[in-house]
Amino acid sequence: MYEVIHNEELAPEVWRLVVRAPRVADARKPGQFVIVRASEACERIPLTIADADADEGTITLVVQAVGDSTREIASVPAGGAMRDVAGPLGRPTEIEQWGRVACVGGGVGTAVLFPLAKALAEAGNAVTTLIGGRSEPHVILRDELAAFCEDVRVTTEDGSLGRKGFVTAELEEMLADDATCPQAVYAVGPVPMMKAVVELTRPQAVKTIVSLNPIMVDGTGMCGGCRVTVGGEVKFACVDGPEFDGHAVDFDELSTRQRTYEEDYCRLDAQFRQTE
Amino acid sequence: MSTTETPTAKERMAIERAAMPEQPAEERVRNFNEVNLGLVEEVAVREAQRCLQCKNRPCVQGCPVGLRIPEFLEKIAARDFAAAAEILQADNALPATTGRVCPQEEQCERLCVRGKRGEPVAIGWLERFVADWMAEHATAPASKADPSGFRVAVVGSGPGGLTAAGELALRGHEVTIFEALHDAGGVLRYGIPEFRLPKRIIDREVANLEALGVALETNVVVGRTLTIGQIREQFDACFIANGAGLPRFCNIPGENLKGVYSANEYLTRVNLMGAYRYESRTPVARGTTTVVFGGGNTAMDSVRTARRLGSERAIIAYRRGREEMPARAEEVKHAQEEGIEFMFLVSPTELLGDEDGWLRAARLQRMELGEPDASGRRRPVPVDGSEFELPCQVAVAAIGTKANPLLTGTAPNLQLNKWGNIETNERHQTSLPDVFAGGDIVRGGATVILAMGDGKAAAREIDDFLREGASA
Repeated sequence: MYEVIHNEELAPEVWRLVVRAPRVADARKPGQFVIVRASEACERIPLTIADADADEGTITLVVQAVGDSTREIASVPAGGAMRDVAGPLGRPTEIEQWGRVACVGGGVGTAVLFPLAKALAEAGNAVTTLIGGRSEPHVILRDELAAFCEDVRVTTEDGSLGRKGFVTAELEEMLADDATCPQAVYAVGPVPMMKAVVELTRPQAVKTIVSLNPIMVDGTGMCGGCRVTVGGEVKFACVDGPEFDGHAVDFDELSTRQRTYEEDYCRLDAQFRQTE
Repeated sequence: MSTTETPTAKERMAIERAAMPEQPAEERVRNFNEVNLGLVEEVAVREAQRCLQCKNRPCVQGCPVGLRIPEFLEKIAARDFAAAAEILQADNALPATTGRVCPQEEQCERLCVRGKRGEPVAIGWLERFVADWMAEHATAPASKADPSGFRVAVVGSGPGGLTAAGELALRGHEVTIFEALHDAGGVLRYGIPEFRLPKRIIDREVANLEALGVALETNVVVGRTLTIGQIREQFDACFIANGAGLPRFCNIPGENLKGVYSANEYLTRVNLMGAYRYESRTPVARGTTTVVFGGGNTAMDSVRTARRLGSERAIIAYRRGREEMPARAEEVKHAQEEGIEFMFLVSPTELLGDEDGWLRAARLQRMELGEPDASGRRRPVPVDGSEFELPCQVAVAAIGTKANPLLTGTAPNLQLNKWGNIETNERHQTSLPDVFAGGDIVRGGATVILAMGDGKAAAREIDDFLREGASA
């Protein structure tokens, strides 16, 4: 069992948990994830390691409660425990000296972006972070990012915080000006957002790295459920990724595959709410 | 003839092979309960009496873990099940498992003298009988050597790892198993379906090992959570049995459509994650027609699972002929009884989808058998112009696996062959002297019992290695 040290609501339906997992805390590098099950009945849920403290033996996870198993993870209070935390999984981010970097995060994707932005800043890059959400309460980790980023720009769909609209509008502006145009872009968020980002950076061939979160079971390369087409080749996101060259990813296929169990989850969700 | 007296050879020869009671096919295709129900005591005793107790004991040569079969059968024939259990426990760490999943017809039973004229003794069913008897009767734990003071790590809790762990513990070593998934058992847990090997059997076999003092740590992915280098610092020796890993796909267009699975994913969803239960939170695609590519045990497990998940047509599409199918005879027989369709000499060329990205049909091409290939089997050759469409909603590729590089990729001095499998010498020793390996990560894909045989042999070598080192 893996003790939960801390649990707080970060935004509506989004929780931040600190969990004791000493082996993971010791081995993890930015960009890696864990697979978590709150209890025996849960699915295996991949979650990015948002932060870690090797001395304390803890890792920080951010989870959006969207289904039974993620709701159960979010509901474990401090003092409780997770049945399973396996990892770290996936390849670590290759942290390079790009110069100026734009990190683009949508919704809970900002939590995935956080360790990457931190590592890029620590490596001496000038990091501008562009984060967005539906409305003010949905924008997460702004202050934490501001601690090491040169600039944090916020957009909301309703204009309740920062610029009204999508993060892509901010990115477009950065790309248009030679003085602000980044040498690399990291984008994490919903598939349509990542797809929009790579289309924006494609004409100028600005290196764009995306972190994918396809359907996954074991997370160790065994099942192949997380296969994505990258540059015409089939890759497993769990062992070959989760980060890939955004310009080579087949986002349409990814988006279709992510909807494989839509109907099953609707049925399961209805069942869950009935028994709750 | 009384069953407690020793029968004469003539009397033994007169007994006919027992039949395994089974759940009727029409019933079992609607549940995931075990197909074989097991022999009752009277039948088991009589079956054991069929053994001629011959001097040559060819059956023992055919057993990868070297179970002392004639002695074991003699005890059953004499109704001394406790003594039979003692032999079984000493020789085989997972008897309830091997009694169910071993291809006996290719091993012990193939070499049985009685098989030369008529049917061999049903050694596998008797092994299962005693293993199940043990579960219901308190038996003395296997006797264990004094603590050696050595610590051994075992990577993977599949059949190879569990067997090695048991053997090492019996020899007095302190054993820790690292398992990547959330429960122990490896392929026994995620691969082999409930109707062939119930999960409670695996739980029991693992509990037996824990009772021997074996420590089990789940959720440790060696290569990611810990490296072999770290393990070598903390343990005196290590046995790697982390299995095969990456699934092979057919590499044809349409393979990323929804409804297309590797056998690993399909079976893991159903077995490890329990997707066959209505209340399970893990879904799995179901269709009126499921087609499985392949002809091995994994293909049989997949197609019979599909049938139980409600497919009216559950089809094996195999590129060679019936004789070339590597699946265990009993699985093929059971599959046929369950209404599985077999299409031989066909190979998929493309998978076709609907507008929502779901599989709607497979394009198959007919094959004919040409010259024998490297495996000695006749190579299938495509027949031009023979393509046809088979409507289906679910397709499963059960065409094998390849070495998973997660562990080996982080162990720079561990020598591999050109396929990425670990190289070992005749002592099961790798290029790192304190690291031994066995099972699929060495063999590149084999059976449960071969992995167990490796586990047992490697454990003995590790024992020698540790004691030689200590006395040197």
